Amino acid sequence: MIKVKDLTDKEYLYGHKACPGCGMGIVGRLAAKVLGEKTIIALPASCMSTVTTQYPQMNFSVPSMTMAFPGTGAVLSGMSAGLKSLGIKDVNVVGFAGDGGTADIGIQALSGAVERGDDFIYVCYDNEAYMNTGIQRSGMTPYGATTTTTPSGSASIGEKHFKKNMFEIMIAHRIPYAATACSSYPTDFMNKIEKAKNTKGPAYIHVMAPCPTGWGFPSDLTVEIGKMLVECGLWYLAEYENGKVKMNLVPKELKPVKDYLLAQKRFKHLKEEDIKAIEENRNREWELIRKNWMK
Amino acid sequence: MTSGNKVSKREFLNGDEAVAYGVRLCRPNVVSVYPITPQTIVVEKISEFVANKLMDCEYIHVESEHSAMAAAMGASMVGARAFTATSSQGLAYMHEMLHYVSGSRFPIVMMNANRTLAAPWNIFGDQRDSMAQRDTGWIQVYVENGQEALDMIIQAYRLAEHEGIYLPVMVNLDGFVNTHTYELVSVPSQKEVDEFLPAFVSKNAVDFNNPRSYCMSASTEWNMEFRQQQHEAMMKSKKVIESIDREFGDKFGRYHGGMVKEYKCDDAEVVMVTTGSVSGTSRLVVDSMREKGLKVGLVKLRFFRPFPAEYFRELKSRVKAVGVIDRNLSFGYEGAVGSEVKSAMYDSCGSPKFIDFIAGIAGRDIKKDDIELMYNKLLNLSRGQEEAELQFIGMRWQE
Repeated sequence: MIKVKDLTDKEYLYGHKACPGCGMGIVGRLAAKVLGEKTIIALPASCMSTVTTQYPQMNFSVPSMTMAFPGTGAVLSGMSAGLKSLGIKDVNVVGFAGDGGTADIGIQALSGAVERGDDFIYVCYDNEAYMNTGIQRSGMTPYGATTTTTPSGSASIGEKHFKKNMFEIMIAHRIPYAATACSSYPTDFMNKIEKAKNTKGPAYIHVMAPCPTGWGFPSDLTVEIGKMLVECGLWYLAEYENGKVKMNLVPKELKPVKDYLLAQKRFKHLKEEDIKAIEENRNREWELIRKNWMK
Repeated sequence: MTSGNKVSKREFLNGDEAVAYGVRLCRPNVVSVYPITPQTIVVEKISEFVANKLMDCEYIHVESEHSAMAAAMGASMVGARAFTATSSQGLAYMHEMLHYVSGSRFPIVMMNANRTLAAPWNIFGDQRDSMAQRDTGWIQVYVENGQEALDMIIQAYRLAEHEGIYLPVMVNLDGFVNTHTYELVSVPSQKEVDEFLPAFVSKNAVDFNNPRSYCMSASTEWNMEFRQQQHEAMMKSKKVIESIDREFGDKFGRYHGGMVKEYKCDDAEVVMVTTGSVSGTSRLVVDSMREKGLKVGLVKLRFFRPFPAEYFRELKSRVKAVGVIDRNLSFGYEGAVGSEVKSAMYDSCGSPKFIDFIAGIAGRDIKKDDIELMYNKLLNLSRGQEEAELQFIGMRWQE
């Protein structure tokens, strides 16, 4: 278990150019501290690569490689195989990819790499749209969110589909370790990184990373928004290991989704019935969670 | 099996198998491949080597060609010697990755089985797939038989990993005609190859004490400088190609000609430029036409990138007409090799007469009669008769 007072003062991700209040910045910094210096990082086209590896200013103080958008899973396989063949041991091979780079364009390479059982950690930081390119919708954009490609309007509610569930897709692969997390719960997240680090074979962590720029909230509310997200049950903290899912945090009572939604510009246009539809879907999801994972 | 022996052995191999033997002798650390006809025998044979401990490498069964190259790049980044192989649609699918690999200067070697591109769908050979990758920053060599294929896999690693080059190399074999044709191939011993190609010590390898970012973004202020260096490495590789081939020739008794290989060009009035498997057939035609007293010659273009422009600049003063057999077509202009040859020979003093022959698309046979016809057209042109600059050879509607 991670103890905050034992965390290293050393920064492995420092001086990056992310927006103020970026959830991904928290994710990258904390993960890197737990991973330590014997870590190699792969980054597809994403916010993370854009704000960390602009020649000649490199912000990771561990080896890193920027990669083609669809190939994160495969490049991790290659790094892992290369290290193995060269007899280099005890290195964390880690991918940081956004939600689009994971659930959309990168899902094939990720699926292949997980199915092969290659040894790596894959962190999907989910900010629920293609934020790096200007807030276009992804397969992870939630229902009702306005984005630059799903703008709300007289004939549009915004995004018309609910989020893809990457956690369950990873479970379907019978991956050794998978977890969900949120940047507002740093100890939980770091513990999961630690577990992933100690996992033999692939490990997947899907971490929510609130985005002030894309979601439309003040940059000092990143932690607060992430907490509201989990407390209202539109996200949950869970982990899958030894073939079982464990819920890490179950709110006694799920708070209304309305407060969470209306704290962000992207949902400001939603009507009462839209909010009700989102809450009903949340309830259905939690029924499944309780039925399948909390027996 | 030749492993451990000190001398070469002759084996009856098809082109794909010859490639696999070559790869085995190069001892790559990582092989990441996805199967596609007519490359499949390469990946099967390597699997067989690995399954029988004849090869000690990590074999990654990737789920696509894009991932094949991405995995090879990951392996190369940590300092491993990596190999992959593909063909046609697969090469097209990994197109994006070709740029990543060359731009980051990863010395990966890839075999490509030249096959046409859909649509219309067809699995047989032409060189449209690799010629379309001209500007990806890969060194491209075209071979004409299994022996040259095996030899060039070995040379490709020496070239790719050469200090000051660090560029990826694509070894191209004509689909089926090369990949599936059995010939006697001299397989060097492991000892000889180890002497020629030492274990790879990558200057790119990760170093946790000196962490580096690879393949990073380079802004407008810096990007052109990276590109110029890439270009200079490619230009510099021309001399390295020649010296490696010479050294290989001294050691193994087979010198392949470096950038180009001439055949009976010394007194030739007209020459044909070929790539890959059609070169062998063309030599037979040159011989039979020579017997009739016709001064014809052949230039086998081995490397398409870097392009031996200096050679063609010099060639133009020696001959009256030059033809190119292009097993590819750039729609709306002409064949890719034709364009390059013509452009290299052009200057203000004029150029030799020139015909670009489009032939052998999608596996269509290029028969000896076709080649003789092409030579005769060149001879006609050299004697002042008119000939179209671009001609399709062996079409149904000309029959």
